[in-house]
Amino acid sequence: MPEKLNLNRVPMPRQDPKVRRGNFDEVALGYTEEQALEEAGRCIQCKKPSCKEGCPVNVDIPEFINAVRENNMREAVKILQSKNSLPAICGRVCPQETQCEVKCNLAKKGAPIAIGRLERYVADWGRAHPEVTAEREGQSFSIVDKKVAVVGSGPAGLTCACDLAKLGYAVTIFEALHIAGGVLMYGIPEFRLPKEIVQSEVDYVKSWGVDIKLNQVIGKTKTADEILGNGFEAVFLAPGAGAPMFLGIPGENLSGIYSANEFLTRTNLMKAYLFPEYDTPIKAGKRVAVFGGGNVAMDAARCALRLGASEVNIIYRRSKIEMPARAEERENAEEEGIIFRLLTNPLRFIGDDQGRVVAVECYEMELGEPDESGRRRPIRKPGTEFVTEIDTAIIALGTRPNPIVPSTTSRLKLTKWGTIITDEATGRTSRDEIWCGGDMATGAATVISAMGAGKRAAVSIDSYLKSG
Amino acid sequence: MYSITSREDLASGIYLFKVEAEDIAKKAKPGQFIILRMDDKGERIPLTIADWDEKTVTIVFMEVGKTTQKLATLSAGDSIADFVGPLGQPTEIESFGRVIVVGGGVGIAPIFPLARELKRKRNTVISIIGSRNKDLLFWEDKMRSVSDEIIVTTDDGSYGRKALVTQPLKEILEREKIQRVFAVGPVIMMKFCAATTKPFDVKTMVSLNPIMVDGTGMCGCCRVEVGGETKFACVDGPDFDAYLVDFDLLMMRQRAYLDEEKKALEMWEKSCPKS
Ligand SMILES: Cc1cc2nc3c(=O)[nH]c(=O)nc-3n(C[C@H](O)[C@H](O)[C@H](O)COP(=O)(O)OP(=O)(O)OC[C@H]3O[C@@H](n4cnc5c(N)ncnc54)[C@H](O)[C@@H]3O)c2cc1C
Ligand SMILES: Cc1cc2nc3c(=O)[nH]c(=O)nc-3n(C[C@H](O)[C@H](O)[C@H](O)COP(=O)(O)OP(=O)(O)OC[C@H]3O[C@@H](n4cnc5c(N)ncnc54)[C@H](O)[C@@H]3O)c2cc1C
Ligand code: SF4
Ligand code: SF4
Ligand code: FES
Repeated sequence: MPEKLNLNRVPMPRQDPKVRRGNFDEVALGYTEEQALEEAGRCIQCKKPSCKEGCPVNVDIPEFINAVRENNMREAVKILQSKNSLPAICGRVCPQETQCEVKCNLAKKGAPIAIGRLERYVADWGRAHPEVTAEREGQSFSIVDKKVAVVGSGPAGLTCACDLAKLGYAVTIFEALHIAGGVLMYGIPEFRLPKEIVQSEVDYVKSWGVDIKLNQVIGKTKTADEILGNGFEAVFLAPGAGAPMFLGIPGENLSGIYSANEFLTRTNLMKAYLFPEYDTPIKAGKRVAVFGGGNVAMDAARCALRLGASEVNIIYRRSKIEMPARAEERENAEEEGIIFRLLTNPLRFIGDDQGRVVAVECYEMELGEPDESGRRRPIRKPGTEFVTEIDTAIIALGTRPNPIVPSTTSRLKLTKWGTIITDEATGRTSRDEIWCGGDMATGAATVISAMGAGKRAAVSIDSYLKSG
Repeated sequence: MYSITSREDLASGIYLFKVEAEDIAKKAKPGQFIILRMDDKGERIPLTIADWDEKTVTIVFMEVGKTTQKLATLSAGDSIADFVGPLGQPTEIESFGRVIVVGGGVGIAPIFPLARELKRKRNTVISIIGSRNKDLLFWEDKMRSVSDEIIVTTDDGSYGRKALVTQPLKEILEREKIQRVFAVGPVIMMKFCAATTKPFDVKTMVSLNPIMVDGTGMCGCCRVEVGGETKFACVDGPDFDAYLVDFDLLMMRQRAYLDEEKKALEMWEKSCPKS
């Protein structure tokens, strides 16, 4: 180890909270070249780079950081893209603090290398220098005479497709929506992950010869079995876990009450924040209540603020420590002025004679003994009911697998939660020619874990097709 | 892009497009719908599949707001950016015996493939089609070709019988035993059809049309209450047992964006004055 460790993590420049709460521009601004070099310079290039163990797609972290140190961005881009087809996305939305960075040898000293920020810097440099990624042009694709189908174009599907294409397979992605990208496109807001960036990474996948067919609801337009009967020799199912859950309390179907999925889809995918230039409307109202404590709740709340709400409350039944949202996102939300009403739970929604929500009745909770998840169980405090006026409610309780694909594919074994039973190491399902990965296999998880699953499935599909 | 192979102006403000969509045409069944998005800035809107052949899907739509008015400016040879389906559960069609199908307004279009399939399954099909006036009526011939008996009504008496569709509906139910009724049209019409058949206790199916976004069960925008339970019309429906549907809630949810729709329409009309 060198004599002196530099423990000054270079902070990420961000838009001023007072300004950013009024726009949809990206909050985190990215490192400058100087900042990137400084941060990369802190990496001690460990003999045993434990950082790598934390990355589900095995990015060669010290190698790419070293290329940055040497200011050889071309090389850094290549190293990164050899393992990760969506680096500009991962650099922005990976929960690095629980993935690669927590494993960094400097994490013990409280100052892990900002791997995600460097990854973002390199990927953005690559996007600004398309000649680097375009070097493949003229190369012939589909050198293996075998067709593979992928269902869903979220991170799992894109990764699996790209890896197989790189191996020379002819890959077709079937996507239900009119735009590829999955949650990256319809869920995660513009100000955290600009859609232009998702688009350019999707284009990178396409540049390997992957054919993306949009507007194809597998199970409706055609089934996975029909795809297999149509010349495809393997199918990777990656339709995510997109079905929203509701609270199941009275008044929940009043107008003005959205699932987070609907609220975010209208805002991000359909660009309702640009209504009426774009045709899809949204009603955020002035007083908004968001129910839930995860990343999705933070995203919905921050969108509502940007759509013009004057007061946004996040209502969560446990306390701050139990919140599943990333600390960084919670802090961003707090800085922007979102109010956290903790240990609070809704009882019912109240509507007017037009069927619009006008208020919510809640009660307070206190924390009791820990439950099976190890978190302290919230208990209702009697006599604490109160009514708050609201214009809009957003339910962000999480999602479960959409049954369309599993229920229309023959002989697939499912879990009691409706996910497809999948071997974690290979992505294999109960059927020989079908693989699965991402949120459909695990339930709602993360971008990088979905990508890891896509990668492992690509390896398994390749060995199956080679042996078969 | 999905190209429009032909266009027909069926009635005042009601248009028919045949759209090239082979995959959907191969799978389509009565009662299912498609979702389309006209262009990059467009809204996703659902329309029932009114017919199909080997390569095309027929849609029939009424001009009500910005998207349908914009759509009405297209003609054969133009194309639609996105067109996806067939969505929703097909209508349950068996050999019931004697059935009544009721189509109101633009609801006459979806009732046609349904009546045809009912006929094919050897039911005796009695059709009631109705509109506000003569100018809004279409497909009487097509409906006649698949019906054993047909009754045409207009609200103002400008054609056929001056009545609401519920009047002949009631008379037929008084006249004979009917095994099933299907009603498609404005929510208020479906609500009153349900109220009309209820005393006769004939299973009545309606096709619900809440506001939708994705049409695949991902957003929950289309939720309706049926028998006290929340259902997603796009995947659980759109057909439901009329006696269990909360029609008032549906009507209120349909009005959720009235102000925005008005604004969008005004801006569109200003930018593109109609002749
Ligand atoms: C609002 C929000 C914010 C999030 N923020 C983060 C974050 O910051 N960091 C992070 O790591 N994770 C985050 N996540 C979680 C992460 O986005 C998901 O875990 C990840 O996207 C799952 O990837 P996937 O490929 O399995 O599925 P998805 O991204 O859900 O993609 C599935 C795709 O399949 C398509 N599809 C579905 N059904 C069919 C069908 N029948 N036929 C054809 N196509 C179909 C869908 O339209 C979709 O495009 C967030 C999730 C949400 C909702
Ligand atoms: C399953 C289903 C099948 C349908 N089939 C037909 C059909 O065959 N022919 C036909 O003319 N109409 C049909 N509709 C209704 C059609 O979708 C609406 O008329 C259309 O969306 C109006 O859009 P607009 O922009 O022109 O009008 P807007 O001014 O936006 O809205 C007018 C009214 O239409 C409804 N509406 C608005 N946006 C949507 C949306 N995204 N989804 C659903 N409803 C909306 C609302 O109640 C609104 O008040 C169907 C609806 C559903 C749900
Ligand atoms: S992909 Fe994610 S987990 Fe892997 S190195 Fe990059 S930021 Fe870390
Ligand atoms: S563990 Fe940390 S310091 Fe060591 S190589 Fe990895 S990123 Fe660099
Ligand atoms: S339209 Fe989105 S769930 Fe039905």
